[in-house]
Amino acid sequence: MTARIGVITFPGTLDDRDTQRAVRLAGAEAVPLWHKDKDLKQVDAVVLPGGFSYGDYLRAGAISRFSPVMDTVIEQAKAGMPVLGICNGFQVLTETHLLPGAMLRNNHLHFICRDQKLRVENAGTAWTADYTAGQEINVPLKNIDGRYVADERTLDELEAEGRVAFRYLDVNPNGSLRDIAGITNAAGNVVGLMPHPEHAVEPLIGTGRTDGLGFFTSILKKLVNA
Amino acid sequence: MTLDTVKHAAGTPDVDQPWAELGLKKEEYERVREILGRRPTGAELAMYSVMWSEHCSYKSSKVHLRQFGEKAPETDALLVGIGENAGVVDVGNGYAVTFKVESHNHPSYVEPYQGAATGVGGIVRDIIAMGARPVAVVDPLRMGAADHPDTKRVLPGVVAGIGGYGNCLGLPNIGGEVVFDACYQGNPLVNAGAIGVMRHEDIHLAKASGAGNKVIMYGARTGGDGIGGASILASETFDDSKPSKRPAVQVGDPFQEKLLIECTLEAFAEKLVVGIQDLGAAGISCATSELASNGSGGMRVELDDVPLRDSTLSPEEILMSESQERMCAVVEPEKVDRFLEICEKWDVTATVIGEVTDGDRLEIFWHGEKIVDVDPRTVAHEGPVYERPYARPEWQDTLQADDAAKLARPANGDELREQVLKLVSSPNQASKSWITSQYDHFVQGNTVLASPEDSGMIRIDPETGLGVALATDGNGRFAKLDPYHGAQLALAESYRNVAATGAKPLAVSDCLNFGSPEDPAVMWQFAEAIRGLADGCQQLGTPVTGGNVSLYNQTGEAAIHPTPVVAVLGVIDDVARRTPIAFAEEGQLLYLLGDTREELSGSAWAQVVHDHLGGLPPQVDLERERLLAEILISASRDGMIDAAHDLSDGGLVQALVESCLKGGKGARVVIPDGQDPFVTLFSESAGRAVVSVPRSEELRFTDMCGARGLPVTRIGVVDGDVLDVQGQFSIPLSELRTAHEETIPGIFG
Repeated sequence: MTARIGVITFPGTLDDRDTQRAVRLAGAEAVPLWHKDKDLKQVDAVVLPGGFSYGDYLRAGAISRFSPVMDTVIEQAKAGMPVLGICNGFQVLTETHLLPGAMLRNNHLHFICRDQKLRVENAGTAWTADYTAGQEINVPLKNIDGRYVADERTLDELEAEGRVAFRYLDVNPNGSLRDIAGITNAAGNVVGLMPHPEHAVEPLIGTGRTDGLGFFTSILKKLVNA
Repeated sequence: MTLDTVKHAAGTPDVDQPWAELGLKKEEYERVREILGRRPTGAELAMYSVMWSEHCSYKSSKVHLRQFGEKAPETDALLVGIGENAGVVDVGNGYAVTFKVESHNHPSYVEPYQGAATGVGGIVRDIIAMGARPVAVVDPLRMGAADHPDTKRVLPGVVAGIGGYGNCLGLPNIGGEVVFDACYQGNPLVNAGAIGVMRHEDIHLAKASGAGNKVIMYGARTGGDGIGGASILASETFDDSKPSKRPAVQVGDPFQEKLLIECTLEAFAEKLVVGIQDLGAAGISCATSELASNGSGGMRVELDDVPLRDSTLSPEEILMSESQERMCAVVEPEKVDRFLEICEKWDVTATVIGEVTDGDRLEIFWHGEKIVDVDPRTVAHEGPVYERPYARPEWQDTLQADDAAKLARPANGDELREQVLKLVSSPNQASKSWITSQYDHFVQGNTVLASPEDSGMIRIDPETGLGVALATDGNGRFAKLDPYHGAQLALAESYRNVAATGAKPLAVSDCLNFGSPEDPAVMWQFAEAIRGLADGCQQLGTPVTGGNVSLYNQTGEAAIHPTPVVAVLGVIDDVARRTPIAFAEEGQLLYLLGDTREELSGSAWAQVVHDHLGGLPPQVDLERERLLAEILISASRDGMIDAAHDLSDGGLVQALVESCLKGGKGARVVIPDGQDPFVTLFSESAGRAVVSVPRSEELRFTDMCGARGLPVTRIGVVDGDVLDVQGQFSIPLSELRTAHEETIPGIFG
């Protein structure tokens, strides 16, 4: 048996097909989900892919958060379903408050596309179990609103509870507080990050690394063994 | 105010009409009257004026562009040629690829961000209109001097606009170039190219046929932006005495365009579309007249049904508006509901605005009155054609006589070292990663190669690894020295760049950027460049599939360098065999392919060290280019080389520095016996490449070159972390990296 992993398409989502491919490469079944449809088609987990949903108008993720599909995602996430938000997906998750904090415009004000080194700080989440804590990986980063911010108390809490899942190494590409690249909720089922693991799954493509595949094999193992 | 209907126009022949303000010449206006047998209505005048503008009608260039058809080489690859929104080539396995390069020069000078952004939007709609999914974009840019204050306004805005639009569309930006030269100060060139992929059976054309079929406009609502953009902006020389032209630049909404892509592709997939046209320059005037002109019948349009952003627009303004992100589809009546449903799914506004008729007239109605009644061919395809006078400028001989041979050369290894660092840190030769890192290279998950590789490469079939490569090149300095050979050098470089990555060059698109066609010297440059390009394409067997002409890139008397930008598309059977530029394996052998002659006129060295432009450009040998390409492709396919880099501006040393820095490895280089170190390193002889060969493949590779008659010279080995030219100088990679990478962020960051 395999797992069914839903990939949501909002208007303006860009990396939905790439994410579906990454899911398939990991050996799971990719199920396209449409933002206007509340029905999650019995998927076992959901990915909110990157892009510019609603053109980032108003504020990145702020409109998608009200899509019908998100009502079900929020409900199921609270019930323990694994949810991964990548880039714009992470922005949507912070807008829903499934994850704390917010993303502001990069401190240098430019869109930045680069091969980014990260440290996996928490290998205990649903999406990171195939990594080891402290492991360094390289995955592409590409965004203009990627600067993670939260109030000091929230940041301290995240640190104390081991909920900083990924940290930027070598270069902080956007001014994110405490070099935070991604975080998890307390239960470890909801994870969001700005870099794009789905763009690092094939040796020939992009940067030529496969460091991102672990996200998708992690979730598959967790679901199949559940 | 009385509505200027066809009837009213017929009854009031003596009304004074603003033809001059709309950019028409007196004799063109007279010709319109002659065609119609009466004066045009205001709406008709608007249509003719935009469609007969230089930008839309190619009236000055047509007589020369014909050569691309007349000299087209025999090829089975061409599925759709010049004249459609974009050319289409067969790349095998049932896949077809469409690609095109266009200019958005004038708008990008007026308003860099929006001008560049909507340039990307326009070229992408051309690709969609062929039935293809856009898969990549490239952006050849020519800017004024890097240290000029206005370049700091234009370049960052243009880059942000290209990124802001393309990134939001989800299209990887995989190539292009950035060149600085004072000649582009008041006329920067912003060219945009795009590639799309489809199955053969999905090719769509811009024609309206089948009486009773519905004409549907969908996408953004029509507003007051870009009115007259085509006629005013693209077709006249900038002149300080006229008022600001800002309102004539359109404003882009990439989110709307992304929806347009998805909803159009969904409609194609369900076979709902008979004909399709995007709305770009000249808006509805262009789309309706071209669809009707290409089709079998006429067309009737109810202009009241066009969804508006601004309800106060006059019918003339609606016809001329260049609001972005709009398309026009011709759909059979029984499929209209489904088409509208798909638009609804994507929240795209769609409205039936008319239908195909069995007549041969394009008729447009407003408030129930007929305001346009024309033969669409006279608007779209039978515009004026000018045989503009041209003459080789008097200064050409003086320029060509001013050879780079007289320039002082480095006298010893220390001076060579100093000039190498000066070269690789000069704005044109420096790393452009500050620019390209503002573009998404990764989206869609099929990018095999992107800048700074020799060409961008995209996988199109994950099953077989089939891919396409695209490179764009165009050295305006060479074209200034000799437009005929300069155009061929642009073609040769682009062709070589494609082959260097292991792809087989198939077809060409071009963006021809020149000064004012009313200047006989410019017209001569233009005629020569086209003749050179057409002859070159014929010889290399790569047909021109389409492109774009941008004239009037001129401020006052000063025209830009003639700048034919040539895009070559290639195909590779399996992207796993692609060749990157990086020297990555220590111990591999470096070979120089081709002949190095003393060719420094027009070179980067002459520009950087002496600020000199004169003499004759490097010799062109297209048979040699073809042989070199065949060797590079065979060596890639058979795994004989691990890296290849074409030699062009900056010569051998520039290529070595780039390949070393990309791979993070140094090189020990030996100047071949009897050769002058300076000439070896800096000459820009065409038809050359440097390759990195694994020791196990050395014999097989050199045997192959020997058997085919391609000169091959061992020049060194990949080694260490220093670029060491033995007996001359050595430079640590860290020093090279600083020199190469800090210039552009230092100026613009």
